[in-house]
Amino acid sequence: MDTFANLALGFSVAVTPFTLFLAVVGCFLGTIIGALPGLGPANGVAILIPLAFSIGLDATQALALLTSVYYGAMYGGRISSILLNIPGDEPAVMTTLDGYPMAKSGRAGDALVLSGVASFVGSFLATIGLALMAPLLARIAYLFGPAEYFALYLLAFCTLGGLAGKNQAKSAVAALIGLGVAVIGIDPNNGTTLRYTFGNLHLNDGINFLVAIVGLFALAEVFFFIESHGKDSAVGVKLGKVTIPVRDIVKSGWTMLRASVIGFVAGVLPGAGASLGSFMSYMAEKSIARDGDTFGTGNPKGVAAPEAGNNAAAGGALVPMLTLGVPGSGTTAVLLALLMTLNITPGPLLFQDRPDVVWGLIATLFIANLVLLVMNVPMVRIFVYILAVPPWVLLPGVTLISFVGVYSLSGSYFDLLMMVAFGIGGYILRKLEIPLVPVILGILLGNHMENSLRKAMVLSDGDWTYLFASPISIILWVAAILGFIAPLFLRGRLKRPPLPESADGTVD
Amino acid sequence: MTFKLFKALGTSAVIGLMATGSVWATECIAPANPGGGWDFTCRQIGKLLYDLKQVDQPVQVTNMAGAGGGVAYNYVVTERNDDPDLIVAASSATTTRLAQNAFAGMTADQVRFVGAIGADPGVIVVAKDSPFQTLKDLVEAIKADPGSVAFAGGSAAGGFDHMKPLQVLQAGGFTDIRKVKYIAVDGGADAITQTIGGHTQAMTGDMSETIGFLKSGDIRILAVLTDERVPGFDDIPTAKEQGYDVVAVNWRGLYVPKGISDDQFNAWAEKLQAVADSAEWKQIMADNGLAPFTKVGADFQTWIDGVIADTTEMSKEIGVIQ
Repeated sequence: MDTFANLALGFSVAVTPFTLFLAVVGCFLGTIIGALPGLGPANGVAILIPLAFSIGLDATQALALLTSVYYGAMYGGRISSILLNIPGDEPAVMTTLDGYPMAKSGRAGDALVLSGVASFVGSFLATIGLALMAPLLARIAYLFGPAEYFALYLLAFCTLGGLAGKNQAKSAVAALIGLGVAVIGIDPNNGTTLRYTFGNLHLNDGINFLVAIVGLFALAEVFFFIESHGKDSAVGVKLGKVTIPVRDIVKSGWTMLRASVIGFVAGVLPGAGASLGSFMSYMAEKSIARDGDTFGTGNPKGVAAPEAGNNAAAGGALVPMLTLGVPGSGTTAVLLALLMTLNITPGPLLFQDRPDVVWGLIATLFIANLVLLVMNVPMVRIFVYILAVPPWVLLPGVTLISFVGVYSLSGSYFDLLMMVAFGIGGYILRKLEIPLVPVILGILLGNHMENSLRKAMVLSDGDWTYLFASPISIILWVAAILGFIAPLFLRGRLKRPPLPESADGTVD
Repeated sequence: MTFKLFKALGTSAVIGLMATGSVWATECIAPANPGGGWDFTCRQIGKLLYDLKQVDQPVQVTNMAGAGGGVAYNYVVTERNDDPDLIVAASSATTTRLAQNAFAGMTADQVRFVGAIGADPGVIVVAKDSPFQTLKDLVEAIKADPGSVAFAGGSAAGGFDHMKPLQVLQAGGFTDIRKVKYIAVDGGADAITQTIGGHTQAMTGDMSETIGFLKSGDIRILAVLTDERVPGFDDIPTAKEQGYDVVAVNWRGLYVPKGISDDQFNAWAEKLQAVADSAEWKQIMADNGLAPFTKVGADFQTWIDGVIADTTEMSKEIGVIQ
């Protein structure tokens, strides 16, 4: 009952005409920021922080604006994934796999509405989870040490093989390229060894994830467009009449619920974040769905799962940020900075010390969600218009925004050069029909996985059995082994007819 | 069509403007992503500089992450060497890395350290149910079996957080300090989480990172690495009074480009002093677990030179540098 009293307090703080106005503005800006390649939630929020201060917002108002931007960006990322095959931000990478094929077969409107609903379900459930159980959930983070994290990332890699269907070897090559990129930089475990930096300071911290993604997807797309003069390019998918695909939504109801739970848990774990949430949700759905084979060819469930998953993870990531002060993702790190600047120190006592802030924030999240549902389902055309300009306008625009977005990350031209290099690399990989999604996952997860393994080995003095020493690790290892073996085994047993070549829309 | 074009261009133009900032206002570079100590320094000092009318325009904060501050350092030295409107957040981590030659050959004398106006005391922390009741318990346990205790900290191996327990152990007569286990995690809160979870036995970090967990009773602070007990936390003993003569504070301050004039340097020193003297700053320090520590201008530069010399020596002893 306390929760309802608290929630009432939250709404009493949050529901003023001005905060509602800020929430609407934040949702709108966030969706645009999310949809634009190169601008993700993290730099979107970071860019708006000075604005929030210069117009003199108080804590609740600033949080209302910026968390609306955060949630909005999580919604918006899917729009360019579906329409352009360019993820608007990193958690939306998985949405390209089925969203773009759906759009290509003339169902862009359905994909957008379905993913909008899935986003809503994911973030709505996550916000409820945050409201009801945050202090309790924080305890999960205590259970995960280096050994457990290593097993978790291993699980992700073991299911990667099933990702790109057509050619396992090429996915493996792609993942290895990603892992190779991930080792670049200073070795964090001894602090002195420089790996593949060639004396360049900019490489000391490794490759920024967003730089890779914008290069591999957005710039590579631009190169492709130039080469093909627009034929066969992803750009220019037409959006037909937007109707509500009731059948798809009903059919993927359970998918959304399951994906929300997986995404939320992934979000709660610091370090895993929204990208892992959407990936795990997608792979889990693919493995249990009866029509799992059609994932990657425009299966509506393949759109619903990652979107519910990444939005739930966005809500989940607020749990460790608020209750432990540990940001689970880049965006929550920025929100943490905002709170500290407002002299609010997140930690175990935040819920007791500043209920007005916490519950005001939760109330705002509920409001932002409703606003976003309205913006992203009935009004999704507004955002599509922004991307629906003719290719000769859109592509220079994408390039421009990519450069601005990436420059805003570190304010260094070096990242721009890196981005162009990744664009050329992405172009070559696509020519070789090597899928790009495993590359991204390799870069993202490889870092975390290596660090977890190294830390575990430091703690155990190099004793490998430490990796299987806790019940959680054992469960994750078993799941990882099953995830690796099951697809090989099932494929032999089921003998499904091979998919037609043209149906694979992920890479070509 | 034109309308759509304008919309797209307008959006990017607005975002572009916000991202690059205005060229005339004072700029504070935080050489890290938002959320850390340097970001805090820029945002808090920047806000007070404007609120106290020390600068005419709101201070623009630029986050320039990379190489533990090395990217920003390199940028300031090579591109902005005579910009009088530029301040850069710095802390003990900056001087530790300079002393360890972690900025690719750049040295501390390539900028001017203008002042520190607060310090985050170093702490050694254990979980509430830890068998270690005093710093001595911990040190003796490590002396008996160096592998039995692992420290978690927010800085990379060889960094400031790593050095704190090593200094204490050295002061306690333990010389085989390379055997001490340390894992680098993503920040102090994460290090505490690992320690409460029992994955590591102790945490080393800054006091500000521990306040929330201290108040909630999840952790105990075995020692604070200051000369005297920290006001407001009078029940926490110093390492010194427990027989380990170690003082390690993470000062929060600024450096400015080398090429500005002495007058400009002194003007910044005075502005910082004004911030340090303000009631608002004292409140911010109290709220965030910072201890008073004000050194500005030439005094500060002299002090920094000494710190760097000490750190270099220590780093050689523990084998971080040759």
